[in-house]
Amino acid sequence: MAQRVRIDAAVVRGSIPWTETKEPSLEILRVVEPNSDAVREAMEIAFFLNGTPVKLDVAPDRRVVDLLREDLGLTGTKEACGTGDCGACTILVDNESRLSCLMLAAQLDGRTVATIEGLSQGESLHVIQEAFIECGAVQCGFCTPGMVASSVDLLHRIPSPTRQEIRDGFSGNLCRCTGYQKIVDAVELAVRKLQEDR
Amino acid sequence: MTVDRDFERIYRGTLAIGSPVPRVDAFDKVTGRQIFAADYYSPDMLWAGVKRAGIPHGRVEYLHVERATSLAGVHAILTHEDVRGSNRQGVVRKDQPVLCNDKVRHCGDAVALVLAESKEVLRQALDLVGVGLEPLPAVFDAEQAMKEGAPLVHEDHEAGNILLEGHLKTGAGEDARDECDILIEACFKTPRQEHAYLETEVGWAQMGDDGRLTIVCSTQTPFRDRAEVAEALGLKYTDIRIIAPYPGGAFGGKDGVTVQSLLGLAALHSGGRPVKMWWGREESFVCGTKRHAATMYYTLGAKSDGSLHYLKVRLYLDTGPYDHLGGVVLALGLEHSGGPYRIPNVVLDGWCAYTNNPIGGAFRGFGVTQVTAAMEQMMDMLAEKLGMDPLNLRLRNAVKTGDRNFVGKTLVNSTGVTECLEVLAAHPLWKEKDAWKSSADTFKKRGVGIAALMHASGYGPFVPDFANAKIQLTEQGKVRVYCGVVDMGQGNASTNLQIVGSILGQDAAHIELVQPDTDRTLPSGSASASRCTYTFGNALIGAAGILKERILQRAADLLMAPDAKHFALVPGSVRHLRDGRELPLSLVAQYLNESERVAVYRFRVPVAGEVMPVGEDLRLHGFPHTLFSYGAHLAYVEVDELTGKVSVERYLAVSDCGTVINPQVYEQQIHGGIAQGVGFALSEEFQVKEGRVLTPGFSTYLIPTAADVPEMESIPVQLYEQTGPFGLKGVGEISTNGPLPAISNALFDALGAREGEYPLTPERVARVIGAGDWLNASGSMLRW
Repeated sequence: MAQRVRIDAAVVRGSIPWTETKEPSLEILRVVEPNSDAVREAMEIAFFLNGTPVKLDVAPDRRVVDLLREDLGLTGTKEACGTGDCGACTILVDNESRLSCLMLAAQLDGRTVATIEGLSQGESLHVIQEAFIECGAVQCGFCTPGMVASSVDLLHRIPSPTRQEIRDGFSGNLCRCTGYQKIVDAVELAVRKLQEDR
Repeated sequence: MTVDRDFERIYRGTLAIGSPVPRVDAFDKVTGRQIFAADYYSPDMLWAGVKRAGIPHGRVEYLHVERATSLAGVHAILTHEDVRGSNRQGVVRKDQPVLCNDKVRHCGDAVALVLAESKEVLRQALDLVGVGLEPLPAVFDAEQAMKEGAPLVHEDHEAGNILLEGHLKTGAGEDARDECDILIEACFKTPRQEHAYLETEVGWAQMGDDGRLTIVCSTQTPFRDRAEVAEALGLKYTDIRIIAPYPGGAFGGKDGVTVQSLLGLAALHSGGRPVKMWWGREESFVCGTKRHAATMYYTLGAKSDGSLHYLKVRLYLDTGPYDHLGGVVLALGLEHSGGPYRIPNVVLDGWCAYTNNPIGGAFRGFGVTQVTAAMEQMMDMLAEKLGMDPLNLRLRNAVKTGDRNFVGKTLVNSTGVTECLEVLAAHPLWKEKDAWKSSADTFKKRGVGIAALMHASGYGPFVPDFANAKIQLTEQGKVRVYCGVVDMGQGNASTNLQIVGSILGQDAAHIELVQPDTDRTLPSGSASASRCTYTFGNALIGAAGILKERILQRAADLLMAPDAKHFALVPGSVRHLRDGRELPLSLVAQYLNESERVAVYRFRVPVAGEVMPVGEDLRLHGFPHTLFSYGAHLAYVEVDELTGKVSVERYLAVSDCGTVINPQVYEQQIHGGIAQGVGFALSEEFQVKEGRVLTPGFSTYLIPTAADVPEMESIPVQLYEQTGPFGLKGVGEISTNGPLPAISNALFDALGAREGEYPLTPERVARVIGAGDWLNASGSMLRW
């Protein structure tokens, strides 16, 4: 039986991970039990999660999306297909977008992981999150965390994308509500805001 | 389990009507803090899952559960024998079992329910449940299903496989055919469409110590769900509580029960433990409802001056094995089958038939998407035969207020199709289309197409279409709005706050929201039928007015002022306009009884005055409506002559949906509808072979990505609708109906040829390019 643990919000909403430079202290935060009765050796993994070092005992074939949502209570990451087709489960691993439904827990060992919960600090939002709100890029919101993560990844790769590059940039993230136009607008706005800040 | 949200942290501006107020739900959705039904987990929770039939039609011979039951971690396995109530669900006709008892009628039918300690054990246990099914002859086509001797889907249904039929004759009927100078005939087939909401069907349930069942689920219809679950499971209506967080998309696919009864049954057998059920993507595709596949035979006749004279329609819808809302979809389809035009002589015949295909049900557009695809292409074909400009032909026949529309209903509300067409005609995209078309590259052809649209709102004359708004002045002096209608992404929750805030003079800091919950909010109907803001908004205006009067009167009493008229509500306070004294709302709240601090108001939608000669059955299913939104769409389309690939380059949507309360939310609705319509037109082919779904996921069923949707422009024609809240009409569905006919008309403009079967995949378009002429839906060539 899976043991559900919830990391304190304050811990999860630490500093934004790609600015994180401190050495991992490897203090154990929580231990997660292997989640099924199947014969599986638990494995110890250590990684940065939203800026905080974590060390977990986990079944190595536990899907990352299940680890995040069910074991760690980080339900901001969504699952909508389980086959890598829709992008709703997108997270950032070492600053690159990855599909957490196609990753196993063991693959997180030694990495820096950011979920949607780690992109904002309290009431202070990531510039892309702000732009999503301002531009009306959010409707039902189920694709939104993955869209935001993919947009962050896009701006890492292409700091000043064209509209077509933005469209291509998150063409792996399906949205059924918005028709995408306001999401493209939001990424453009985020780029402008970032350039103004410079 | 409160879902109250504080609006102030995202918005400090006014809530004025017409202002693009950011959505109240946006902050929690961009930060991942929004808790959807899918996000409910709890310690000690069991997972529930369903054993499905796997064959399209068969008699249930046996269910072997012993092996699965003996698996470690399996808590219970339930069958129809465990269902105490009617074991039947359905919005109109109760024909869908919770768990099949005698027969399975489509591949996705539920035969057993498994409760397990983990998802992994659940998967293993479902494999071990033995289902013995004796295959029965099946039927997979609506027209075939209606023939003598076709296998019966429901033996107890008097009309055989005909769920509902509808007929209407106006004017001289068939006799008018000979009076036409020109006649166009064609057949169109539109396919099923999958909703493909990102959040698949999901819920969480628990029996409380008090014997009450709580279900948290992704639904458009919490109040109706409560009644359905109660009847199917044999529970007391008031012993069920349904909580509806924001669904992760719905579009009609959650208009009616999905997981609800199954979850309720699971919770009755979990020993008090919470249970969760979450359909996978394939399960959602196979078992959820779809837009009805339609076959449409059209004859349209006109005089040589371009005035429409005669329309004959035969409409066949495939509803799969269950009614769901199939009859209502048929009625609405028939009512829109002639478009926003005056046509004096009309013969309409429609049938909705049972088959062993996946279930047909509600999907944004609701029958109108299908008939608009046909009628708006008929208009272009007629324009071509007449040598008339297609826009002028539409303008010539467009309905105006005071006209009878093509079913004979007098239009007494705002009617803006002419205004929409005129705005389109004056737009640069229309004026400069020839220059754009002539600048196509080698092996590319370009075309421009239009479509005129209408879409009714509400339930029609028979089923009571009402909303009950509830607003509370809290002890803290905030205004709390209890939403009775679900916001599945369309933004009506935010619009509700805007309406109340503007009437009560409050800003975002002083207004709160409660999401639909059968224990806390009041019954207000479904989140469907382009009705949400029109109906609930009108109720809110009434409730806000009552609360305002109470607050002002109490303030006047407290300050010993002679007249409440001398007071105004300002954010957080009541101000005496003559001497400037202010009372905080928190103080006024202390001097009001709890019952005085709550205002409720019921609004019922006005219905058509006339009784149409369509028979009681069609009236019961909603025929006719009285309030319509209108639109005119334009598509710029480029075709690759070598591959047949069609791309939409630009898109314009002009819409008459009354006054716009929030321009941002309005545009979201228009954009989203267009994108779904583009998918329906070009790529979404829900393939079913002998009842089996061949496209069970996103890698085979292609919904548009960001790279597939054009840049869209939305222009509202803001005619004031006198019955609407602040002049508003429904905007939720209409834009879904435009893309298929506009794109297909543009394709004809580019190629001089047309395809009658959809979507317009590269394979089909290449075939059209090869044939060089009109292809009928059957694939045979038709020349006119």
